[in-house]
Amino acid sequence: MSSSITIAGVNRVYTDSEGTRVEALRDVSLDIRAGEFISIIGPSGCGKTTLLRLIAGLDKPQSGALSIDSTKITDVDPERGYVFQQGGLFPWLTVENNIAYGLKARKVFDKKKSNVGKYISMVGLDGFEKSYPHQISGGMAQRVAIARALINEPKALLLDEPMGALDSFTRSDLQDKLLELWKENGTTMILVTHDIDEAIYLSDRIVIMTPRPGKISKIIDVDLPRPRQRGSGDFLSMRRDILELFELAQAQPQPEYVI
Amino acid sequence: MNAAAIKGHETGVILKKEETAEKPAVKWGYKHNGYYLLKILFVTAGFLIAIITNIAFPQKAAVDIKDYIINAFGLSIKLTMNDAYIFVLVGLILLYVVTGLTAWNNKDKRKKYSKNAAFRFALGIALALWDIGGTKLQFFPQPFFPGPAQVIETYLADGAYVVQNTLYSLRLYAAGFSCGVLLGVGTGILIGWFPKVYYWVFPVLKITGVVPAVAWMPFALTLLPNSFSAAVFLIVICAWFQIAFLTAQGIQSTPKQSYEAARVLGSGQFGLIFHVAIPHAMPDIFTGICSANAMAFTTLVMSEMLGQPGGLGYYINQSKVWSAYYKVLAAIVIMAVLFSLINYLIGRVQKRALRWQEGVLKK
Repeated sequence: MSSSITIAGVNRVYTDSEGTRVEALRDVSLDIRAGEFISIIGPSGCGKTTLLRLIAGLDKPQSGALSIDSTKITDVDPERGYVFQQGGLFPWLTVENNIAYGLKARKVFDKKKSNVGKYISMVGLDGFEKSYPHQISGGMAQRVAIARALINEPKALLLDEPMGALDSFTRSDLQDKLLELWKENGTTMILVTHDIDEAIYLSDRIVIMTPRPGKISKIIDVDLPRPRQRGSGDFLSMRRDILELFELAQAQPQPEYVI
Repeated sequence: MNAAAIKGHETGVILKKEETAEKPAVKWGYKHNGYYLLKILFVTAGFLIAIITNIAFPQKAAVDIKDYIINAFGLSIKLTMNDAYIFVLVGLILLYVVTGLTAWNNKDKRKKYSKNAAFRFALGIALALWDIGGTKLQFFPQPFFPGPAQVIETYLADGAYVVQNTLYSLRLYAAGFSCGVLLGVGTGILIGWFPKVYYWVFPVLKITGVVPAVAWMPFALTLLPNSFSAAVFLIVICAWFQIAFLTAQGIQSTPKQSYEAARVLGSGQFGLIFHVAIPHAMPDIFTGICSANAMAFTTLVMSEMLGQPGGLGYYINQSKVWSAYYKVLAAIVIMAVLFSLINYLIGRVQKRALRWQEGVLKK
């Protein structure tokens, strides 16, 4: 139920509308183990979404290769689920039909034997089957997007800042849900985020990327025991280490103690 | 949630009872039974006045009050135009009383009915004034302003012929507009989806689309085998351009992310067109259909007036020659009812197809 992904020496250059060359990715190599939860973090413009799109097959590299279970990635494949930043739900379909879309697109939908209901309960959306996307909250919409990707039983799930637009309560809720789903399905998870806490809380490894040109600067193993405590000392020291890597630690105001 | 709301409502009522033990619970408004009953009577009064006017006022215009014999349900009924007019008014009274009473237990319908009451009363009064000013006392120049009874007379005297012409119009409209919609949506999809088609066809559409369809009539009448197909052709092109234009726009404005979302879920080219682009374009397609529909009515009536052997437009033209303006008005009344009905049906289909856009939560 899970796949390993190999990224070897990938380069991707864009030319924008004014003709300037933007090096989105330069010589990026990464091995993702089967069943691993990996996060890619970095400031905006570091190429993390580009990397995810390459893995999905939505975009192609100029040089280098990406492969899944040693098969070259050339096009999109329902084996690799993708959750977009803003959900990307179809507004004209109900929650139920959005989730069933993958089955219908692959022509394996069978109304009697359908497991749409199972996935609706898995993401906790019972009772909202007939609602349209604009009738539900942002957090619920993201859960629909995740269920929609999972129904194809992908071997890898690619998540592009799925919690970026959510408030912090909904976000930690959804993070726990994601861990639960990961444990249940054992899918390889690749999460793009700009939230350091989220990356530490969820992942086995964190890939840190830096911009201009976009490249991997460091890979950190998160060997904290699960379930993780956001306030624990190890968690906070790891957070500090990562911040230092981004040279953001200095930007933080020094704590003042007024008694 | 529902149960909680009901519970809250009950406690609210109980509280109110305690506070105002002897005062009536319902305020004076559409929720009050007495108020609502008065509204129904108010609507009835308007049409009653119209009936009384018709009976009480003498007729000054030199219009014969002929007897018409209607055979229906094995009975032959003798009617004058005034009798028929009164029948129609009684029918309206019954209609409004029945709708008023069936809405008795429905709060929303009651509110709507109460709101419409003033207008419906005014409708009755307007009919009465028209009756007095027209055939009755001839305040308005005759024969341009026949009374309402005379308009009704058209249906008594000319009924079968009017029906025949109405059906002719309907046939023309149905043939022309359905072809126009199919062609319009079809070409719109092609233009919106394939850049090559867009390049070659869109400019043609843009330039010819601004020309009113009736301008092509001389060509249509000479080049097509009969006048019916000529009129169908004119309706088709007037609907076609408008709908194709908006469909193409809707297809092209589909966000890239929707396509990508469908592709990663396993959708092929067919799915991208039929399950992503077309549903996304649906609101635009309906905008096109609604505006094309209005233009199709104009084209229909104009082509009937200019060269058709039948239809409501033809009937108007024919009646005008004989200065039978009451018949012209009768045809206009039918058009108003028929076209409103078609608009209503399209509106219903649109509402059903675009129900995902409704901003209200159903639960």
